[in-house]
Amino acid sequence: MEKFTGNVWVLGDDIDTDIIIPTEYLALKTVEDMKPYAFSPLRPELAGKIKEGDVIVAGKNFGCGSSREQAPEVIKALGIRCIIAKSYARIFFRNSINNGLLLIENNQLRDVVQEGDTITVSVNEAISHKGKDYPIVSLPENLVEIIRAGGLVKAMRRQNGLD
Amino acid sequence: MGMTIAEKIIAAAAGVESVKPGDIHTVEVDQLMSNDGTTHLTIDMYYQKLTRPRIADVKKLVWIVDHNVPSDSPKTAAAQKKMRDFAKEHGIPFYEGKGVCHQLMMENHVRPGELIFGADSHTCAYGALGAFGTGVGCTDYLYAMVTGKSWVLVPETLRFHLVGKLPEGVYARDLILTIIGQIGANGANYKAMEFGGEGLASLTMSDRISVCNLCVEAGAKTALMEVDEVALEYLKERGRTPKHLFASDEDAVYAKEYTIDLSAIKPVVAKPHFVDQVADAKTCTGVKIDEAFLGSCNNGRLEDLRVGAELLKGRKVHPLVRFLVVPASGEVYRQALEEGVLQIFMEAGAIVMNANCSVCWGSCQGVIGEGETLISTGTRNFKGRAGHADSFVYLASAATVTASAIKGEIATADML
Amino acid sequence: MGATMIEKIIERNTGKAVKPGDIVTVSVDRVMIHDIFIPFVADKFTEMGFSKIWDPEKVVLIYDHLVPASQVDDTRHFRVGNAFVEKYGLTHVHRSDGICHQLMPEAGYVKPGNVVFGTDSHTTTYGCVGAFSSGIGYTEMASILGTGTMWVKVPETIRVTIHGKMPQNVTSKDIILRLIGDLGADGATYQALEFAGDTVEEMSIASRMTMANMAIEAGAKCALFVADDKTAAYCHMDLTEDIKGLAADSDAVYVRELVYQAEDLVPVLACPSQVDNIRPVRELSGTEIDQVFIGSCTNGRLEDLMAAAKILKGKQVAPFVKLIVTPASRKVYQEAAQNGTLAILAEAGAMITHPGCGLCCGRTGGILTDGERVVATNNRNFLGRMGTSKVEIFLASPMTAAASAVAGRIVEA
Repeated sequence: MEKFTGNVWVLGDDIDTDIIIPTEYLALKTVEDMKPYAFSPLRPELAGKIKEGDVIVAGKNFGCGSSREQAPEVIKALGIRCIIAKSYARIFFRNSINNGLLLIENNQLRDVVQEGDTITVSVNEAISHKGKDYPIVSLPENLVEIIRAGGLVKAMRRQNGLD
Repeated sequence: MGMTIAEKIIAAAAGVESVKPGDIHTVEVDQLMSNDGTTHLTIDMYYQKLTRPRIADVKKLVWIVDHNVPSDSPKTAAAQKKMRDFAKEHGIPFYEGKGVCHQLMMENHVRPGELIFGADSHTCAYGALGAFGTGVGCTDYLYAMVTGKSWVLVPETLRFHLVGKLPEGVYARDLILTIIGQIGANGANYKAMEFGGEGLASLTMSDRISVCNLCVEAGAKTALMEVDEVALEYLKERGRTPKHLFASDEDAVYAKEYTIDLSAIKPVVAKPHFVDQVADAKTCTGVKIDEAFLGSCNNGRLEDLRVGAELLKGRKVHPLVRFLVVPASGEVYRQALEEGVLQIFMEAGAIVMNANCSVCWGSCQGVIGEGETLISTGTRNFKGRAGHADSFVYLASAATVTASAIKGEIATADML
Repeated sequence: MGATMIEKIIERNTGKAVKPGDIVTVSVDRVMIHDIFIPFVADKFTEMGFSKIWDPEKVVLIYDHLVPASQVDDTRHFRVGNAFVEKYGLTHVHRSDGICHQLMPEAGYVKPGNVVFGTDSHTTTYGCVGAFSSGIGYTEMASILGTGTMWVKVPETIRVTIHGKMPQNVTSKDIILRLIGDLGADGATYQALEFAGDTVEEMSIASRMTMANMAIEAGAKCALFVADDKTAAYCHMDLTEDIKGLAADSDAVYVRELVYQAEDLVPVLACPSQVDNIRPVRELSGTEIDQVFIGSCTNGRLEDLMAAAKILKGKQVAPFVKLIVTPASRKVYQEAAQNGTLAILAEAGAMITHPGCGLCCGRTGGILTDGERVVATNNRNFLGRMGTSKVEIFLASPMTAAASAVAGRIVEA
């Protein structure tokens, strides 16, 4: 089973899509162009600090707000390996799955983790932090299929006989 | 030796008997207009450069937020807030979102015979009411704001004798573009352009503002027209009286004189990327457009909107053209609403905005993209003026712009 | 066991009995794509290997967020959109007619019982006519364009019942804000809201739209109103037995029920910077403001503009305060011009812009700066939504907004 260790960035409750990527930058041509502005209303410095393989740990209702798929895309483009939040807004959740951004729901971790900690994630099994393990609840089968295909685009390509 | 209107206004403002071109005089400035394009910079200088910041007479100041309205970015908002807060603190007459500065000045402030500085190049529009309006930079503006005075170099005057009458379907806009095409973008550098003659009487105030407003595109320092019944009536309707009524003397000396036969003017366009690239509109028909703009201090008055609406009645804007209609002031907006003119534009599929500079200023509203073409009643067609550096702007009359919006390509009204 | 509205709509669509938690594939009746996302949808559609749209008749493309364009690359979205229209034969295209969520019901693209998806979170709006509508991302939109289908998890339903007559200065906006405050910003995540009671039965479709529109701010997947005679009139159709049958059964099972008495409600504000940070207007009375915005798919309709005009008639916006009015659609603008509403607003000093998303989407239309405060009738007050993160956004009804514009400070209407 896939396993990785990452540096933690800690965010609060209700991190909305306008914080993740403000509307002002939505018409930029590519997600790469949008990267510097990710999280800018809340923490303008954050995008520049995130490194490949880092993990975001946040509170409840992560990704609430608009349907902008640039939100999960820009987070993924920054190199974030996965998000661990108490809960997710619905559209953000779907968009993340469709783009192959790993989301894990966990109620306790946010309250014990500190920014700069490292955590280890064993996908579909558990999160380890400071010697303690937190189990991961597995996703419904239809979502696992999309993820297995490598996202919705790849699933559709396969259906259209392209891959 | 006789004097021109410009010379007489300067002499009066300088408190001397007579002046001649080339003289430099210290003058009392009557009014000082500034807008959100640069006022925040003036305020910065006011606080940072002056040892004893003060305002000579707040009643001479008129501050107008018109360029990016409603605001398009935090940067714009911060500049406007600085201006608003300063105006509030010092009791400066202040307009925000009420229209384009020059139109508001004409509607509410300009009086014949005045010397007016505006921190905007198109201040020469005020000549339509026989006032010496000229554009200045922040430093000049600040000096005049603090002292009430400034210095001016007396310009030579070019005299335009207007004869005849514009044909049906030809507008003041075509007239001034034709003149600019004829004398060139620097044809009136440092000079005053003076308009008179029997042909002037046939031009409405709206026409006259349009003509004077654009003179800076020939490099003119100011533009001036003789004040006649038409101008006095406009003034009276608005409850104002002239400061002085000046006319050029019989023996005034002009650097050059032109006779313009209005009846010979045809619909023209100024092609990218200079205002003096003027051509018969017919030679440009068929050029595909992406956007059309009817508005600005040059051509956003009720008369211009009526011309557009008349053509658009019962027709539709081409589906692939964005037709931006922007009244020059709140007053124009309200009148156009009352007359049903705005409704015609809305019915036809146009985009009708609040009164502001809009895409003529090019930085916030109706910005055009790479490779796109705009036909506009605005003041300038410089490269990149309306958006992307690689885009194209044609200047034309309200009629030609509207006809083009309907056709989806440059067209004149008679082609509809 | 009885079924809720959302269960019935999904059953009608799929032909199978469903219960909350079931994962089903629905046939999509209509989709809406707006200008910001069309280039991304087009790219994904191509990348997925589709060569034609399942049913071009069911696709609506609307330019609204970028009208008028405010940045140099904005018009690229129109060019990409126009090319997409041409290539795939779309016929329902609106290039400057107003906000997508206003146009979809207004132009007749959505009917009761329809299943509709849009590339915008406020797609929940169409529940105002009893349609199941929800926001999705552009990748899923591309897959619907190719297949005409979409998987959904049948949501649980929260029923909200409101009885009685609202006080004169309370509007449906105050109700939905109060509800979001009570539920919390994630209080209805993955769930459907169903509205009932004589107060909502009395409401216009426009007022219902306001409530359905904001359901997403409590995380809801959709929000539903029972189709009635008003709905039928609005949708230019007969209220058939089939449509009537979509009302919830009396023994339907709800995950939660909330009941309000309209007489107890007061005008409220969503305070910075969360939509569920709700306080009575009275508690903030006197707070100085810099700008007022009346518009958006939440509150930019004729009745909203008329409510504002009633308050602004013969008065002036306070000195140094800006009032920006952005009607929700071309039709709203034209009707407001026709009945004198726009004239009243313009007389009072309002800047009236062309219909579109305007300030609500935060790209232009009245952006603010540090230390400024705005009272706005739209749906979101997130940090930085209308300028810098030091702008304070208060969401309110058009009545509260108009009264505050005149006073120059927050006041009850």
